[in-house]
Amino acid sequence: MTAIHIIVFLPLLAALVAGLGQRFIGALAAKTITTAGLFIAAFLSWPIFIGFLSGSETAYVQPVMTWVQSGDLTFDWELRVDALTAVMLVVITSVSALVHLYSWGYMEEDPDQSRFFAYLSLFTFAMLMLVTANNLVQMFFGWEGVGLASYLLIGFWYKKPSANAAAIKAFVVNRVGDLGFMLGIFGIFWLFGTVSIPEILAAAPDKVGSSIGFLGLRVDTMSLLCILLFIGAMGKSAQLGLHTWLPDAMEGPTPVSALIHAATMVTAGVFMVCRLSPLFETSQFALNVVTIVGATTAIFAATVGLVQTDIKRVIAYSTCSQLGYMFFAAGSGAYGAAMFHLFTHAFFKALLFLGAGSVIHAMHHEQDMRYYGGLRKHIPLTFWAMMAGTLAITGVGIVGVGGFAGFYSKDAIIEAAFASGSTYHMYGFAIGVIAALLTSFYSWRLMFLTFFGKPRWEQSEHIQHAVHDHGDHDHEHDHDAHAHATTRDGTAGYHPHESPWSMLTPLALLTLGAVFAGFVFHNQFIEAEAGKAFWANSTLYFNEHLMHAMHEVPMWVKLSSTVAMLLGLITAFSMYQLSKDAPQRLAATFAPIYRFLLNKWYFDELYSFLFVRPAFWFGRLFWKQGDIGIIDRFGPNGSAAAVSFGSKMAVRMQSGYLYTYALVMLLGLVVAVSWMMVRI
Amino acid sequence: MNAADIPILSIMLAIPVVAAAFCLFVRAEKARLIALVATLANLALGVVLWLSYDPAGAQWQFTEAATLFGPIGWRLGIDGISLTLIMLSVFLMPICIGASWTSIQKRVGEYMAAFLLMETLMIGVFAAQDLLLFYIFFEAGLIPMYLIIGIWGGQDRIYASYKFFLYTLLGSLVMLIAMLWMIQFAGTADIPTLLNTDFPVEAQKWLWFAFFASFAVKMPMWPVHTWLPDAHVQAPTAGSVILAGVLLKMGGYGFLRFSLPMFPEASADFIPLVFGLSMVAVVYTSLVALVQQDMKKLIAYSSVAHMAIVTIGLFTFNQQGIEGAIIVMLSHGLVSGALFLCVGVIYDRLHTREISRYGGLSVNMPKYALLFMLFTMASVGLPGTSGFVGEFLSLAGAYKVSTWATLIATTGIILGAGYMLYLYRRIAFGPQVNADAAAMSDVNGREMWLLAPIAVVVLWMGVYPETFLAPIRRDVATIVARVERAAPAGDSKIKLVDPTTAPYRVVHGPEKNMAEGSH
Repeated sequence: MTAIHIIVFLPLLAALVAGLGQRFIGALAAKTITTAGLFIAAFLSWPIFIGFLSGSETAYVQPVMTWVQSGDLTFDWELRVDALTAVMLVVITSVSALVHLYSWGYMEEDPDQSRFFAYLSLFTFAMLMLVTANNLVQMFFGWEGVGLASYLLIGFWYKKPSANAAAIKAFVVNRVGDLGFMLGIFGIFWLFGTVSIPEILAAAPDKVGSSIGFLGLRVDTMSLLCILLFIGAMGKSAQLGLHTWLPDAMEGPTPVSALIHAATMVTAGVFMVCRLSPLFETSQFALNVVTIVGATTAIFAATVGLVQTDIKRVIAYSTCSQLGYMFFAAGSGAYGAAMFHLFTHAFFKALLFLGAGSVIHAMHHEQDMRYYGGLRKHIPLTFWAMMAGTLAITGVGIVGVGGFAGFYSKDAIIEAAFASGSTYHMYGFAIGVIAALLTSFYSWRLMFLTFFGKPRWEQSEHIQHAVHDHGDHDHEHDHDAHAHATTRDGTAGYHPHESPWSMLTPLALLTLGAVFAGFVFHNQFIEAEAGKAFWANSTLYFNEHLMHAMHEVPMWVKLSSTVAMLLGLITAFSMYQLSKDAPQRLAATFAPIYRFLLNKWYFDELYSFLFVRPAFWFGRLFWKQGDIGIIDRFGPNGSAAAVSFGSKMAVRMQSGYLYTYALVMLLGLVVAVSWMMVRI
Repeated sequence: MNAADIPILSIMLAIPVVAAAFCLFVRAEKARLIALVATLANLALGVVLWLSYDPAGAQWQFTEAATLFGPIGWRLGIDGISLTLIMLSVFLMPICIGASWTSIQKRVGEYMAAFLLMETLMIGVFAAQDLLLFYIFFEAGLIPMYLIIGIWGGQDRIYASYKFFLYTLLGSLVMLIAMLWMIQFAGTADIPTLLNTDFPVEAQKWLWFAFFASFAVKMPMWPVHTWLPDAHVQAPTAGSVILAGVLLKMGGYGFLRFSLPMFPEASADFIPLVFGLSMVAVVYTSLVALVQQDMKKLIAYSSVAHMAIVTIGLFTFNQQGIEGAIIVMLSHGLVSGALFLCVGVIYDRLHTREISRYGGLSVNMPKYALLFMLFTMASVGLPGTSGFVGEFLSLAGAYKVSTWATLIATTGIILGAGYMLYLYRRIAFGPQVNADAAAMSDVNGREMWLLAPIAVVVLWMGVYPETFLAPIRRDVATIVARVERAAPAGDSKIKLVDPTTAPYRVVHGPEKNMAEGSH
């Protein structure tokens, strides 16, 4: 029993106790056990991470149990600990522990809290199994396990039809990606004779330049395998085409969005590409695909994020966009930068989501930013936390001096793309800069709409309800006055309250991460020498030449993202602070574009048209026309004789056929036996 | 004492028959008790069988031989594959008796007798070592099933058994003729001898087809599957459990025991046919499952899709594919059995299988919702459950033979998630629109005892499948070695055309069964 066993299996144990034993131990105990379990896991994880940072730890694999042995296909349950795992360990356990703590406050009034905490811990276990996997099948176990937890948590409020629909959508869309992942594993097994990650990575360079048969075509071996695996990554990390589930996943409680749909699960695809980076390095074609998909997702999601009004959806599209950044970093060969952005993003995006949760909590579950405004004075601590998150995501900093977390990681990605130099990577660079502008715009738009200006709460139904309920309790006599409460200050008489300490503590700790994570850790993650030493203890392919080149890029490149950030801020400020009707005018002027963005490029409509409705249509066709109309008609109901025979029998004894059948069988046997006897 | 000295298989065949005879002459309560005790006794004997089976020992263990009359020999014996399927049967039987405890109220003695008789016949199918003895068990096994559907079934039970009858009749007669020809050719009905008989390649085709006609119906494969949804819908809960759990496995067992090792060349020739039908089945029946309004029909159609994975796995001619197919058979036996039990739990309360009559059961039936979720996830093949191990191995094996078949069959994981989660959502999630459904009580102690053991085994098989792979490993290897000479080259041809590194080797490792055909 080592620390890693405890880190991985304690959350599972806590989940089982809380989930199955909630009836006996009660909600308080369930919450305590799961939260304590995660804090213990987090406290055990940081020393491992620090050990790798300082170089005192080296990579190792802890066996757990055999899993499957079939012919020469064998894979076991085992826990791999290396620098890459260590990064993920601290991200997962820290954010998860804080989200558990946060949920004490956020879910306080929910009658089903034990179940919620059990799911959170179950998710954490699956995620830990994913990042500690030493073979592709265990990674797939974690992959599907987090998918299950995500499904359960998105649909946590299972009475809401929209939540159920979102949960199913998340699971099924992810399975489309999993199809690619599975085919990739099969192909790898037959090619390398193993699914062990280190063995595959060691053998991969030998196969460069070879070709393989697939669906009757002859294709480049490594490109095929990498692309199949990458399709899996696209599903889990919500990349363009398979992204449609992520915004809908916001139906889940906000702590879930912070943990699963921002900090950890959705980054699994990025992690997979980095874990298998030596494999991806064998195919430039696959890397180009990764770059293009990542960059296109970054810009696509950023454009949609511009016009969304639901605070969580803005952050969800932002997440989608940032994941695109991570992918095109990986596609550029800057895996260290991809992991660095994954690391810093986990902190500031979890912070933004939990901050948004705090706002939603204060605003009585109103999520529409059009009904916010002026909240700065009412919930100042949340405001400052969100401010730190915004400064981090927009990458505020001064070149050569320092800045917030995103400043280090995002700039590294943009510079690495430029330094890589090929056409595809220049596309990534250009998109990266433009998306940085859009990121800055939508992030500041969120801040201005939420915290600045005058309150616009009175139009919110949620606030109306809150005030209404309040009126019912306190002033039965002037019920009417409160039912349509309108006040001159736009607050409808509602007074938002700052969240409890259980929610503010995680915000405070994550704020530290958002402010300092870039400054403290950039050396080991992306600097040529320190990075080489750090990543040497992992499967991550660290290209020190690229990292050197990254520092040699022209000054205009280094400044470009800062300029983009400032432009975004200025635009948002002028549109939402100086002018009151600029957004409306703009939307009216460019109505088709606005609608296109508002409807998320019509992906949902397209998929419904292409896949969902045809599936049901074909299902009915096959059933009514195929099974009943053709097979049964010409089969068992076949000839008129058979039909009349059937109906004649039907009016007879129930088991009429039985006798016939038994008779036929018996006759057959008698004939057979007598025939044999004659012969022998 | 040596377990081999006791005719344990004959005892396992005899116990249910004797108990069945008693059941016919006692009152309902006594009949239930007798049936339960008898099936539990057989389960205990099954455990003894399991524990004393030596995976490294002789190929055929617990062999018995006696002369019946004429050429039919009472020859019994099992290998690892038979062992796992016998275990599945004896494990599900007490659960079936428990499932019928309160829901069957008319002619209880006869009902229990029918089930007990069925147990004998099922064990007989998997233990028979004589071709004609096998035939008797194989065909007679359907008689109790007819009775169960015909007497204790639903509204349209006559139509269902009529369909069942028509489909089965043709196949079984053709198979009998083929068997007679084989006995005449080999001069014996002894299955182990026949397994090593090389039939002429030309004759193999006809023989293969004759067996295929029977096994394809039992599987069932598309397009001879339409009897299954009707039979399931009409059968009482326990009938569905045993139908999905064990009877559907007889087709797969037949392919494995007869078609593959006895007719390797023909099997290889007909791979395109088997794969083609299976690919159609996965997509077609999954889509049909998606639009079902009747819970049992939905699960029945999903069974056809899962069985298509079995047929694909069996005809991969490699260790992974065949082991995977066997695990899918075991897993499907447990999971679909459990799903039918889950349907039975709520059917007993509301007496309707209409999906839309339920909804929001998570509120009033949390334990039920949890178990149902587990089996749903096992059905969609979530890793960690039995469903994944089987599907993964069969599809991994299939990839070597045909990437097209693998791609199409793997879409089953998407479609399966679609129809199962859609079903779960309509039953357990959503608002409680039906007051009577909302008033139903959670699973009681008896129902818990039916579902919990299956849940344990499903997880066991998912996390540590070695328990189930160990006994079949050597026997599957034997089959793979037997069919090796006809193994397909495969359309994917994982072969590298690499001018820089010649000569090229496909698979690393000492195996012999899968490098075949790759060069």
